[in-house]
Amino acid sequence: MATATPTIPSAGPIRGSRSFLSRLRDGDEIARLITLVFAASVVLITILLVCELWINSALPRQKFGLHFFVTQVWDPVMDEYGALPFVYGTLVTSAVALLLAVPLGIGAAIFLAELAPPRVSDSLQFFIDLLAAVPSVIYGLLGVFIVVPMMRTVIFPALNKPFGYLPIFKGPSYGVGFFTAGIVLAIMVIPYIISVSREVLLSVPQDQREAALAVGSTRWESTWKVVVPFAKTGIMGSIFLALARALGETMAVTMVIGNTPKITASLFAPGYSIAAVIANEFTEATGDLYLQSLIALGLVLFLLTFILNGLARLLILVTTQKGSGVSN
Amino acid sequence: MAARLRWRKFVSNLMLTMTGVCAFVSVAVLFFILGYLLFNGGTSINWAFFTQLPKPVGEAGGGMANAIVGSAKLLLAASLFGVPIGFLGGVYLAEFSGSVVASVVRYAADLLNGVPSIVIGIFAYSLVVLPFKHFSTLAGAFALGLMMIPITLRSTEEFLNGVPRMLREGAMALGASKWQTIASVIVPAAYRGILTAILLALARVAGETAPLLFTAFGNRFWSQGWGQPTASLPVMIFTYAVSPYEDWHRQAWAAGLVLLGLILIINIVARTILSRGIAVPR
Repeated sequence: MATATPTIPSAGPIRGSRSFLSRLRDGDEIARLITLVFAASVVLITILLVCELWINSALPRQKFGLHFFVTQVWDPVMDEYGALPFVYGTLVTSAVALLLAVPLGIGAAIFLAELAPPRVSDSLQFFIDLLAAVPSVIYGLLGVFIVVPMMRTVIFPALNKPFGYLPIFKGPSYGVGFFTAGIVLAIMVIPYIISVSREVLLSVPQDQREAALAVGSTRWESTWKVVVPFAKTGIMGSIFLALARALGETMAVTMVIGNTPKITASLFAPGYSIAAVIANEFTEATGDLYLQSLIALGLVLFLLTFILNGLARLLILVTTQKGSGVSN
Repeated sequence: MAARLRWRKFVSNLMLTMTGVCAFVSVAVLFFILGYLLFNGGTSINWAFFTQLPKPVGEAGGGMANAIVGSAKLLLAASLFGVPIGFLGGVYLAEFSGSVVASVVRYAADLLNGVPSIVIGIFAYSLVVLPFKHFSTLAGAFALGLMMIPITLRSTEEFLNGVPRMLREGAMALGASKWQTIASVIVPAAYRGILTAILLALARVAGETAPLLFTAFGNRFWSQGWGQPTASLPVMIFTYAVSPYEDWHRQAWAAGLVLLGLILIINIVARTILSRGIAVPR
């Protein structure tokens, strides 16, 4: 993860040019080998993780192939499995979450980076960090007992009355469903968007702001037309990071999405997500094909987050280096 | 022109106020969560919660003593597994490695850090649960420990790299060998940052539920030893919250308050007291 720690250029390993034997005698070589074993084990564990997922999902790959992703049926009794309802649920809930979280998160990040005095900004960031530390099962708990009833009694009627003719707002609503999961996810990813975007915005060189103000733009114009475009790629990175988190989030979604493997246009209908179906059915999966289909879903989730995280890291790196390259 | 300027200034002030509102709302969520948990958890927590086993389904009362002990056991074993690998691996990255090996290890750690926790659960299941043919405390601890490795590794490396070169040179000039330098000068100089990062990693996995669902599973009784399934606070919150019983909901709130309180206290202590003057990784 990106951190604010300045790297000290002079600090690096000092390498001696003594012989292997003399290094072995005073223990350096032993220390090196021991730590090497532990470092290598991290790589091994990661490789093993990918292998286990791949090997243990062989059955559905052979039996369904790519049809796995376009089949809507999820029927343990007939031993038929398709991933489409879960992929759909994961994508829809994540999209709703981003639609709600991105404007709010970027707005807050702009406030923290551009407007708030450093002390205020730092203490608000402290609370944002605490918010990111709240475990997902707590969000799920609050989702079940606050968001779900509110959805049923306030939000759904308010949207259904004027817009009920639109398929995405069709009823009835049970409180649980895609939209509820999206709201809870949005609250969960906002801290990530804020933290990373704030850091990226802070890395924009001061001359950019001064130049914009000097040619007569207002404070907002300099922020929105100069600073934000400068940090655009990094902010995109923070959004990808948030998306990866939203896709892989399990507990909070499981508790509020309704757990029904159906594809419905209505955002208020109950649905299912990849992570939720693994969490709910893994322990009761009887039969190899059933279990391996769930593991195949896990593999899909892994690949999705792997790609998104990689992209996010790249984008954030590009922006923060662009900032430090110009001045700092 | 004046009207146009007034309009631009108005837009500027409006939008800047909006960003302030966004920041306020985001931070307010934290206090809302805290307040709601304090209110609901505070009214439902009692002595029995900490000292008694869960009552049979449908009976009111009982507590989560086994889940509290179970969580503690899981976290202890997870740290014993995850911290040494992360720490020593970090020492290797910072002090011994060439750039190719280092970037491979770093990449693997970042990849592991981004793996969704439910997938970590699947991995622990197929690696530990399947061969032993039953759910166990150790399997859960393995899953949680895996999640601690990348955080510990990257922050150890970072804080060791932050130790000024003069300290290294000073130690070596006195005739210390490299590992003596590391053990007696460099690591002690960086220990506060590393300890902070380890505490934050611990706080993060303390609330993890998904990797425990099919590794540590759950248990309504005391878990004997390390080879048996065990209850844990996060899993208990999950099962109690989605259950239809009023009294279980009450206990879920109590457990939520205890868990969140613990995690926030660790976070606050680590971030404010331990890390005074050091940048803390997020």
